[in-house]
Amino acid sequence: MAELTKELSQVKGDTPAVPGKDAKARSTPEPQDKRPLDVPTGTPTVIVDDLHIVYRVYGAASESEKGNAVNALTRILKRQGRPQMKEVHAVKGVTFVAYHGDAIGIVGRNGSGKSTLLRAIAGLLPPHAGAVYTDGQPSLLGVNAALMRELTGERNIVLGCYAMGMTPSEVRDKYQEIVDFSGIGEFVQLPMSTYSSGMGARLRFAISSAKTHDVLLIDEALATGDREFRKKSEERIRQIRESAGTVFLVAHDLRVIEQTCNRVIWLHKGKIKMDGDPKEVIAAYNKG
Amino acid sequence: MSQPESAVADAQAGGRSGQEPLAKLAKRHGLRRAIARPRFPVYVRQLWERRHFILTYATSRNVSKYSKSALGQLWQVLTPLLNAAIYYVMFGLILGGKNGIENYPAFLLTGMFVFTYTQRTVSAGAKSISGNLSMIRALHFPRASLPLAYTIQELQQLVISMAVLLAIVVMTGETPTWFWLMIPVVLVLQTMFNVGAGLVVARLGAQMRDLNQLLPFITRTWLYASGVFFSIQDKVVVAAKLPQWVANVMYLNPAASFIEWMREILISSHNKSFGHHPPTMVVVSCVFWAVFALGFGFWYFWRSEERYGRG
Repeated sequence: MAELTKELSQVKGDTPAVPGKDAKARSTPEPQDKRPLDVPTGTPTVIVDDLHIVYRVYGAASESEKGNAVNALTRILKRQGRPQMKEVHAVKGVTFVAYHGDAIGIVGRNGSGKSTLLRAIAGLLPPHAGAVYTDGQPSLLGVNAALMRELTGERNIVLGCYAMGMTPSEVRDKYQEIVDFSGIGEFVQLPMSTYSSGMGARLRFAISSAKTHDVLLIDEALATGDREFRKKSEERIRQIRESAGTVFLVAHDLRVIEQTCNRVIWLHKGKIKMDGDPKEVIAAYNKG
Repeated sequence: MSQPESAVADAQAGGRSGQEPLAKLAKRHGLRRAIARPRFPVYVRQLWERRHFILTYATSRNVSKYSKSALGQLWQVLTPLLNAAIYYVMFGLILGGKNGIENYPAFLLTGMFVFTYTQRTVSAGAKSISGNLSMIRALHFPRASLPLAYTIQELQQLVISMAVLLAIVVMTGETPTWFWLMIPVVLVLQTMFNVGAGLVVARLGAQMRDLNQLLPFITRTWLYASGVFFSIQDKVVVAAKLPQWVANVMYLNPAASFIEWMREILISSHNKSFGHHPPTMVVVSCVFWAVFALGFGFWYFWRSEERYGRG
């Protein structure tokens, strides 16, 4: 994996718009909390401006309040909120600017708002306050939600590709590539529910990585399956990352983040606790 | 440390230390809000571009629905057949509700199948957003794709139900006429209405979870008000001696209008005075509901487009 970091710096060096600037800016030691946000490292691709995300959770009420049609009718007529609904304030005022060529790792404990932040950047969750500005359409890596276990691998490949917004000719082009990459062979004609968990993960990864993205958001999707496939998928992620302008990576494996990212954001209870050089942030994170 | 010139200029123009609002920075670099509702015509075009996804999703749901049963896709035909048998035994034989209607089996089944199409679309539409939150929170697509796919899924089932219905109607003694060519016209109008109604309940269901609990009551009331088991004219005007306008208002209910038109086409003994031509009022009502529901449904659903991910 060491070559990943090397690759990354090469890619960044190739970007003509930012000759050497960002390396300088990054290497300057500076107090983490005062890190200037638009150090001229190139063109910003993602701007998160004092973002707050609140989403609703259902089913948090006592048994007696549930599922009574008359209660429901009265509440609807009176336009009252549902008692069984709780609001969760998952992201509380996050601000940062990401630049072209950045690979940003996001670390934090379970429930610190990492996945929610990614979904907001992808434009899938509406902000409660603040805003996210992006260049192009950021996409989450993953089509799991669109696939159907009862269907054959073949049908799922087609369905997954369409769900990611491909055209029929793109689907025809990519189909064989996806089958080959996943390495599931004849199993492609069987329903996905008959696959082993490793085969399922391989097919899902092969489908979701078949498309190129401007801004890519990866949520713990790195390297699944057996060792051989893990190598293949790491290689594929590297390729995707190179073609994508900016990458966000959420993973619990800190080693992966340290090796792939040039900047790490530490989220704690919905707020940024630290933002900066991977080594420093991860060291602080491990201590805290 | 010597700053590159552009950086100095940046700082003077008010970099972050000088508090350039991030919104301005975004604008300067041509960034757009990650979540923004496209204008309505753009939205419709995006939906059209997603037609392959919508169709594939609908077909996939239909295939996966019966994939675990031994008879598989045969259930697509068996389900409407069994339904028809139960309705006939229940309402035609046990309750003896012929109500003096000639060819009651055809009358009942036409009403039931036409109504079921709308009822199933509405019930499925109400869950199309709230039941697919994980997908909405993971992938980009115009959200109206989901209620649309659910309507198309029901339409695919309806094609099979209609074949069953036509076979039964012929077995009850009706002869196919040229008027049967009007069947697709009625179904297209009804589908337009269903798409619109599905979109409206999809948004309502996304914002008011309790709707799913309430919907069975609403659709059952609707079923009884639509004259599926009885003739509205006979029950309201002849038997209950209510004024004619009450019956007319009941015929304006979209489900009743579509049922009435379909019966007019299929059953020769239905409203003999009109001879396969439905009353103008019914035709106007069908066309109005189709156009109005489709237009309003899309507009109403689109208004909330960026908020469906919140749940």
